[in-house]
Amino acid sequence: MPPEGREEDFRGELSYAAAFARALLNPDVAIPTVVAGPKSKAAVKRYNVYRNNVTVSLINALAASFPATLRITGVDFFRAMARFYVRATPPSSPLLFDYGQDFPDFIERYEHAQSVPWLADVARIERAWLNAYHAADVRPLMPQELAAVPSEQLPNTVLKPHPATRVIRSRFSVVTIFTASRSDSPASRIEVVEPEDALLTRPALEVEVRQLPPGAAIFLGRLTAGESLGAAASAAVSESPSFDLTANIRGLLEAGAFTAILRGES
Amino acid sequence: MKRPAMRSAAQASAALRFPAHSVAGRVGTSFKHEHLQAILADRERDRFFEIHAENYMGAGGPPHAALNQIRQHCPVSLHGVCMSIGGPQPLDKAHLQRFKTLVDRYEPALVSEHLAWSTHSSTYFNDLLPLPYTGATLARVADHVDQVQEAVGREILLENPSTYLIFPESTMSETSFVAELARRTGCGLLLDINNVFVSATNHGFAALDYLADFPLEHVGEIHLAGHAQQADDEGELLLIDSHDRSVADAVWKLFDVVISQCGPIPTLVEWDSDLPDWLSLRAEADAAKAIIDRHAQEFTPGKAHAA
Repeated sequence: MPPEGREEDFRGELSYAAAFARALLNPDVAIPTVVAGPKSKAAVKRYNVYRNNVTVSLINALAASFPATLRITGVDFFRAMARFYVRATPPSSPLLFDYGQDFPDFIERYEHAQSVPWLADVARIERAWLNAYHAADVRPLMPQELAAVPSEQLPNTVLKPHPATRVIRSRFSVVTIFTASRSDSPASRIEVVEPEDALLTRPALEVEVRQLPPGAAIFLGRLTAGESLGAAASAAVSESPSFDLTANIRGLLEAGAFTAILRGES
Repeated sequence: MKRPAMRSAAQASAALRFPAHSVAGRVGTSFKHEHLQAILADRERDRFFEIHAENYMGAGGPPHAALNQIRQHCPVSLHGVCMSIGGPQPLDKAHLQRFKTLVDRYEPALVSEHLAWSTHSSTYFNDLLPLPYTGATLARVADHVDQVQEAVGREILLENPSTYLIFPESTMSETSFVAELARRTGCGLLLDINNVFVSATNHGFAALDYLADFPLEHVGEIHLAGHAQQADDEGELLLIDSHDRSVADAVWKLFDVVISQCGPIPTLVEWDSDLPDWLSLRAEADAAKAIIDRHAQEFTPGKAHAA
């Protein structure tokens, strides 16, 4: 969060930024009186260059961060939706790859997107994808490292999540839709009503997106919160009686979901 | 400017990480990840690359991997786009720290920022916004430049903006403003010749007059770029600093004039959208190199300077 300026920062000769900024994101506010065209020229189109730069560059930033969402809605729909979001929620940080963390929530509430109820969840996967892309570089925990832990210690073992690991849960077939929308040949017809949970990891440089089996999202969620393997497995089995502990641990290690073994207290 | 008495351990260890490529006499281009493989396959490596600092402020991932590869082979110019040095409010300390971390990590040959602002209160506008040139803004901007130079422990270059409007309250010309900034803070200047041409057209002054008034002795880097054409309220030409096409002929002519007066200065072609392939972008930089080389003989040691 940038620092708030002191009162005196915005007075007198230093009031230009406040005056200039007021109309940038609001086309209904008159252009500032502190600026003018040269040689008595008008300043409307000139000021509009800045308005346009601000709004269009922020919409472009969202379009770059949410390409599957854009592909589903089409360009015109996406840019109209993004314009509402940009004007209501301009960035508070200069790191544009962080912009739009709550864009999926905005999409969920966006009046014109109500007919595509899974759109917000696709956007959530894309937001998580970009967060995983920029996450710290850490070597994932290898399967043989966990295999070296004596089996009697496993229930109390706590695993440290990899900084790129993210889980997105959805009532819709959101992994299937996301994958198709980012591929070159999107599937023509997808049955959207099967719930799907997505796992995002980045074991090296590539972000990987997988569909999690039933119970795995609870399991990984508990592990990420610092619970032991035993406690997390119990929670997963109570949600999904068919939960296969061995297969899930193997799958999560293969995906690179963890970085280290933290022995839990017994 | 104040220089730290000794380098920190972190800086000393970073110094071992990359070769110390010199940027002297080189030309360069914006670094775009789309070009990474073509750049690495290119056997001609006598160029430099400029990166926008903010794109490398994430913790890790492909951006840092790509920059590491490029930095092994070539000098890098670290170009900040959103420090908001030209704004009235205090600099964002967290952002300043991120900027310093990048300088320490990658040891860029050049470090630069803009005479502009982009954040007001808590909103980041993602554009290089203009400021009036007065005694009060000069004092404030000089403070900000001092803070950045102190934080990174070295001189920065400050870039002249392209503007579309004037502030009637201004009491100084842009060239006097940047000359005084360089004098007070010891900062160098990044002369963007496309910005000079864009502003000159938009405000109806002669670009050559601006260059005659500009303190060329402080210029440590030159930018060239393409611009787009629009119209103002009177239907007259308004140029937009768009970085999406080739450098205009008029800008090449101004570059020729500057190089004929100053000799070789590291020169970078900016291109940020509608990217061409690597060889086409490289050709723009090579065109700049041809102009530098043509004038170089006038500046060989022992000969009197032409200017």
